[in-house]
Amino acid sequence: MPNYTFTVNGREVTVDAPADLPTLWALRDKLGVTGPKYGCGIDVCKACTSHLDGEAFNPCATPVSEVEGREVTTIEGLADGDELHPVQEAWLEQDVAQCGYCQPGQIMAAVALLKRTSNPTDEEIDAIENVCRCGSYFRIREAIKSAAEKM
Amino acid sequence: MAPRPLEDYLDMARHSAEPTGSAPAVAPGLRDRVLGRRKFLTYLVAGSTLTVAAKVGFDTLAPGTASALVPSPPQPADVTDLGDILIMAGKPTEGLLIQLEIQEDGNVRVELPRMEVGQGLTTSVAMLVAEELDVPLSAVYMPLAPARPELLFNQLTGGSNSIRSLFGPVRAAAAVARGRLLAAASEQLRVPVGDLQLADGVVVGPSDVRAAIGTLTGAAAALPLGELTAAPKKPSDYKLVGSPVSRVDARAMVTGEFKYTLDLDIPDATPAMVRRPPTINGTVDSVNNEKDVRSMPGVIDVVVIPSGVAVVAETFGQALDAKDALDVTWKKGTVDGLSDAEIKEQLRGAALPFAVPAAGELTIDAEFDFAFASHAPMETNSAVADVRPDGAEIWSGLKSPIVAQQAIAKEIGLPENLVKVNVVQSGGSFGRRLFFDGALEAAQISKATGRVIKLMWTRVDDMRHGRARAGSFHRVRVTHAADHVLSFEHRVASVETDTKHGLGEILTATAASLPVGGNMSFAQTMFLTTVKCPYNFGAVTQVLNEIPLDMHTGSWRSVYSANTRGAEEIIVDEIAAKLGRDPVEFRLEALKEDRYRAVLEKVADEGGWGAKMDKGFAQGVAFHAEYKSCTACLVEIDARDPQDPRVTKAVIAGDFGLPINPRGLESQLLGGLTDAISTTLRAGLHIEDGLPLEGSYSQFHYARQADSPTDVKIFIMPANDKGDPGGAGELGVPAAVGAIGNAYARATGIAPRSFPINFPVDFDPFPR
Repeated sequence: MPNYTFTVNGREVTVDAPADLPTLWALRDKLGVTGPKYGCGIDVCKACTSHLDGEAFNPCATPVSEVEGREVTTIEGLADGDELHPVQEAWLEQDVAQCGYCQPGQIMAAVALLKRTSNPTDEEIDAIENVCRCGSYFRIREAIKSAAEKM
Repeated sequence: MAPRPLEDYLDMARHSAEPTGSAPAVAPGLRDRVLGRRKFLTYLVAGSTLTVAAKVGFDTLAPGTASALVPSPPQPADVTDLGDILIMAGKPTEGLLIQLEIQEDGNVRVELPRMEVGQGLTTSVAMLVAEELDVPLSAVYMPLAPARPELLFNQLTGGSNSIRSLFGPVRAAAAVARGRLLAAASEQLRVPVGDLQLADGVVVGPSDVRAAIGTLTGAAAALPLGELTAAPKKPSDYKLVGSPVSRVDARAMVTGEFKYTLDLDIPDATPAMVRRPPTINGTVDSVNNEKDVRSMPGVIDVVVIPSGVAVVAETFGQALDAKDALDVTWKKGTVDGLSDAEIKEQLRGAALPFAVPAAGELTIDAEFDFAFASHAPMETNSAVADVRPDGAEIWSGLKSPIVAQQAIAKEIGLPENLVKVNVVQSGGSFGRRLFFDGALEAAQISKATGRVIKLMWTRVDDMRHGRARAGSFHRVRVTHAADHVLSFEHRVASVETDTKHGLGEILTATAASLPVGGNMSFAQTMFLTTVKCPYNFGAVTQVLNEIPLDMHTGSWRSVYSANTRGAEEIIVDEIAAKLGRDPVEFRLEALKEDRYRAVLEKVADEGGWGAKMDKGFAQGVAFHAEYKSCTACLVEIDARDPQDPRVTKAVIAGDFGLPINPRGLESQLLGGLTDAISTTLRAGLHIEDGLPLEGSYSQFHYARQADSPTDVKIFIMPANDKGDPGGAGELGVPAAVGAIGNAYARATGIAPRSFPINFPVDFDPFPR
């Protein structure tokens, strides 16, 4: 099997995997990076949302061959050591998480949105499609607005 | 009932010394720090004597303000609800329920004999411990207890009953511990107990003499028995309980550190997935290309199990490809050929007749139906199993771990005591994890392959072969006089809701599985002890009949009430309209209790009830009482396009008796609202030829951010004088269903009768 080299949260890694192996399984099963979650495998629930070269992507639907030579950031790479990213802080402030399973993806989607626009409208927040089966959407919205104010 | 003397608790402790066992090799909950052998004070105490009998008094009969109302007598659920029954079933083992350990470093470890799935128990129960012991919340850590068969009926998470059933035992255990610590401090500091204060984990006496509780734990454990008195604090003295607290595990969740079942680092655990049949409960006839599949990249093993064909591979991605590549000939399932139209016809035929004849103009008759709804927790069904000839260990999210342990032991042919079942905090449940099918499959695959197996279900399988709320049909008949209701009857016909988990252990699970009585008896008891009409509507009858279709159903958040009470709240609006009354005024008059009226008045005030709305927009309101709690919900809807409505605003009030953590309770009500938005407007399963068509969130339209209101206000009512906390997890759904239905009707002029309201097959189903 071919080798693919890319960086995960600033660390260079090489995995031995078939070209079409979804990056989610390279991360979880080969590298032990378990922050990105499986929820659907077809890019509709968005639970695995992470960043590829700084932009939101869904590793469940991105073959590992496509991330060769690129920078993957997962939820584990968002904080600066013990210092949380402002979006993570906002999530704590609003006590957003219930079961927590979708929240790494929600947070990575929110960070990507705030990179694109510093003051997102309700319509822009509505465009985040990540499913939260616990239904914490209103608190997610409040947390994004709160983070936007502070950033 | 008088409080049990402390001596009894201590006696229990003496006879049950140190049974807590060793810490598991892999801690299933994040907060389960690996412990050394520094447990000096281990109490096995509890025994709630604080449960009070359900109050049946004239206040439940008292009409509101209008003398014309016909009072309705208390119904079974008014007298003894499901939670009371579960608490009673747990009585014999209450003394074993809570194990509280105070460690030398001052930390307090309490294993939670319930399942945490996002509902916030590890926070709220830790708050009770911290309050009672006067230690910081951060000093309490609360791993989930593994299956403890000695607890019998007392390790089931459901019925919105966890706080209700733990409130007494947790406080009793902590109060005893506190009493002993103070006595030990008294001896060590030479200060009478009455002059000592315990705060922040430190005992402080006159002249600022101090002793941290960790330094007292050994002496406290060694104290002679029978000399102490201990009583839990009065709620009026609470400092922490009742104040809003954030989840104790929130930081781990937002950093990605939190470990769910498949994130656990269990040595040699190997991915496995199962190819499942094209119809529900189909079985394998033959595997036609096993050799080809075995030669696929990463594939390690292929084995047939009762529910399908398992593929073990190096990664889940490879297991998924390989299981999809399998060519399997299947035997029939249990509902082959069955589709929605026939199910609906069967349900209509199963609705039992009304007792009261129609009375012409003074009658309102209505029919409702609700589609199946997937539980669809974000974390699909998953488990890790390590089955060896001389013992087995399982890790999974389990709300009934005892029956899981018993059934798995039987399946793999080991004595129960050699099968350890670890309960792992999960990514949602909504009732789904009452069933242990994933854990059982993982054990079967592990036994068949001789490997440690980590099993994951695909989303498609989770939706099609996982659990769902059963579809139901409802007939309601109301007779009335000029200004009040004379009779209110509701006939519910439902596809059987699987209750074969019983009360969580093998005995009642077997009883619930019996062909005669069996599931229907359990279901009937659940219905009658949960569903009640909160209004004085004269003669009230609510009756369930189920059709025994063998499908994968199960209790779904608020079980029968979401549909049954949701439909009733829509009818209440229609009665009010027919009588020319305002829906809020009409309810206020007919509600049975003052606390019911209080939550409704709260949302009417805070939500600006009666505000003038533009065409296509409307408000809707509804009420629900259950689990000794009650709630009202007011929503605003934008239904300018009746095929694409959006709830834009919600105002909710909840009365939980004694609220433990208002912040967590708000979360529960918010979740209930989102469930109601989803299942009322768009989310359901179509059944076609023995299988749900929906296979992912692109097809089962659970609400997303764009379906969620941008303005939500939730109010938790202050503690009332009843003293005990009511149930919370499921309360929010029925009132929100009713409020959304009512708002939709007012905005569009269309009376909602079939749910979800907009339910086309707007997708290409995945292959079977």
